[in-house]
Amino acid sequence: MAAVTPDQLHDHHHGPTGLMRWITTTNHKDIGTMYLIFAFVMFLSGGVLALTIRAELFQPGLQIVQPEFFNQLTTMHGLVMIFGAIMPAFVGFANWQIPLMIGASDMAFARMNNWSFWLLPPAAILLIGSFFVPGGATAAGWTMYAPLSVQMGIGQDMAIFAVHIMGVSSIMGAINIVVTVLNMRAPGMKLMKMPLFCWAWLITAYLLIAVMPVLAGAVTMVLTDRHFGTSFFNAAGGGDPVMYQHIFWFFGHPEVYIMILPAFGIISHIIPTFARKPLFGYASMVYALAAIAILSFSVWAHHMFTTGMPAVGQLFFMYATMLIAVPTGVKVFNWTATMWRGSMSFEPPMLWAVGFILVFTIGGFTGLIVAVAPIDIQVQDTYYVVAHFHYVLVAGSLFALFGGAYYWLPKWTGHMPDERLGKIHFWCSMVFFNIAFFPMHFLGLAGMPRRIPDYALQFADFNMLATIGAFGFGLSQLIFIVVAVKCVRGGAKASARAWEGADGLEWTVPSPAPYHTFEEAPVVR
Amino acid sequence: MPLPSARPAAALSVQSMLPALVVPWLAACDGPQSILDPAGPAARGVTLLWWPMLIVATVVLVGVTAAWIVAMLRRPRDFSPEEAKRISRRWVVSGGILLPAASIVLLLGFGVPVGDRMLPRRGEAPLRIDVTARQWQWDVAYPGDGVVLVDELHLPAGRAVHIHVTSADVIHSFWVPRLGPKIDAVPGRTNVLRLQADEAGSLRGQCSEFCGTGHAHMVLKVHVHTEAGFSAWLTERAAAAHVGGKDPAGATPGGALPAPAAPGAARNPPRLVSGVAFLP
Repeated sequence: MAAVTPDQLHDHHHGPTGLMRWITTTNHKDIGTMYLIFAFVMFLSGGVLALTIRAELFQPGLQIVQPEFFNQLTTMHGLVMIFGAIMPAFVGFANWQIPLMIGASDMAFARMNNWSFWLLPPAAILLIGSFFVPGGATAAGWTMYAPLSVQMGIGQDMAIFAVHIMGVSSIMGAINIVVTVLNMRAPGMKLMKMPLFCWAWLITAYLLIAVMPVLAGAVTMVLTDRHFGTSFFNAAGGGDPVMYQHIFWFFGHPEVYIMILPAFGIISHIIPTFARKPLFGYASMVYALAAIAILSFSVWAHHMFTTGMPAVGQLFFMYATMLIAVPTGVKVFNWTATMWRGSMSFEPPMLWAVGFILVFTIGGFTGLIVAVAPIDIQVQDTYYVVAHFHYVLVAGSLFALFGGAYYWLPKWTGHMPDERLGKIHFWCSMVFFNIAFFPMHFLGLAGMPRRIPDYALQFADFNMLATIGAFGFGLSQLIFIVVAVKCVRGGAKASARAWEGADGLEWTVPSPAPYHTFEEAPVVR
Repeated sequence: MPLPSARPAAALSVQSMLPALVVPWLAACDGPQSILDPAGPAARGVTLLWWPMLIVATVVLVGVTAAWIVAMLRRPRDFSPEEAKRISRRWVVSGGILLPAASIVLLLGFGVPVGDRMLPRRGEAPLRIDVTARQWQWDVAYPGDGVVLVDELHLPAGRAVHIHVTSADVIHSFWVPRLGPKIDAVPGRTNVLRLQADEAGSLRGQCSEFCGTGHAHMVLKVHVHTEAGFSAWLTERAAAAHVGGKDPAGATPGGALPAPAAPGAARNPPRLVSGVAFLP
């Protein structure tokens, strides 16, 4: 337990104070905190966009916004949530936790770490600022399909540059993580003894390094098509719009796993802690992560079944996609086996983790169904797909992020998060999430296309329900602000091992983790 | 406006029973664009694939959830660590590897034939219709007859139709959910979609690839005629087009069509629908 008392902490650092501390910091904990705050602010911004969308869709007809602006909202909601909220949030977790988990004193490239964070606010300003330029933000969809994106105004260019900057930030962050994990582990910590979160991030980092340049290439080609007379995607000039989709989804599908593998990592820590048992099947979990990552490179065209693909192509991508169900199934059953015969307790982190497994599995099954090409060709670009990817992205990535936040808040702040509020936050999110997104399956089956501000009367009831759920879900997230602020300012003191069943190097340092940890590497046996 | 039922008996029994069995809510997915209310063989093939998949997925989900609850709540008799490990491993292998693997094989067995049914076939003489999508309307042409419509598609029932789809500007997607799958309208490419309608009646299509400001209102009204009604309609329209200065170019499309005009089919000239014609 707590071998070090707070007055023994070496918490005095010699850098600048105030704002300059944050701008010049190279400390992984400071940078992790900034990533997390940035991600949460972007999450709330993206949430406001989403609620405006849902408000417009409360009833058929155009009430609140015009179609032009509605399309900007859907586009920016996607970009802000993916590149602004989910990805930086996981990098924030990586910054805080990876050095603590592997017994390193900091990230490998501390100054580059600072730079990869501080690239994000300008990118976000560029992205959000595009709402206020002539023509408004880009309204081409977050996928920015050419040739539609070639038609857009200056907002499209701003989005492209924002994506470039965020991509550079991601690549630098990924390189940092790879080098830290491979070179800075405590003596005795072999790769196959490494905490699963580190494994998940190591694999994710390789995915990022592999595909972010591909995205940069795709949007750069859009940029040159727009301004420099090239015809990459212009059929009249000999180009091909479908080529854009191939390139984009070659990034886009691994991106899906970039957003879910670290979530798997977090869940793989929470469940053993609250089942008070070691994780079952550690090695198979690592292999499953790697298998998912490798398979993710060969399934991209399942986003393109309707483009007029030859039947053989459809078969290949359909089969490859379904194969992913196998490693994912291994993970789900390993978590189950971990819980079996455990001494379970359901503090907020565990609630989020168990909730994650349930709703993520629903998203997995709807995913398996859309993987079947003939069914996909019917439901592609309908609300069924919207429902599917929100089940895996919100109920998957976001729930895991909240679980992880509740789990490590004691380590970050030194105080236990308010358990009652945490449970309310979870149950409200869970209920309202399903009210918001489950009806979207029905909307899709009834034939409602996505990205429309106005819809036919037969879709009215489910849309109204979805909007009510969305507002409930959005408001529930405000509870988290209260929890986080309360936790930072006070509350029950957390011991070094804040949770009874927690295991790992991060729980050997005091809570809150002192500014500098593991200045001498611990020895792992 | 649901078509009167003319489904084959087998399909009818599956489709009328399953909704009642599974989720009553799914019955609410009715309406003029419902995927679950097919009006042609291609769409019917998809629903026949969809219902079993939904049932299997639901059963597996419920089963797995039950397993979790048991795992979480039950404190069974004590196993030795080795026994526990063996039991757990058996679960991971059977549930995590064998179950998904078996499902995949099964799915492919069903999925491949259904997909195959949607492809154009050799040796049939289908009616050809050219559809050009543009922001934000559908130009529907009957090559050979000089007939060009906007936002309106007329088809004969009971006969294969090849829709040749392309785009004049950005990517759109041609979709009449009750007839069958969608196909993207891609500039520079022509995709062919094989459709067949069961019965005369009205259907509704909608653009399903995001294409800009007017996307939500890019609706296609589909009129399915009887074979005789269709040829009467086409003859009438072709004559009107000829009077209007275009050359009907002689040949009837596809196969031979009965000549005499049947009354009743679409007398009004197609309207140029520019804005909101949106209620079902």
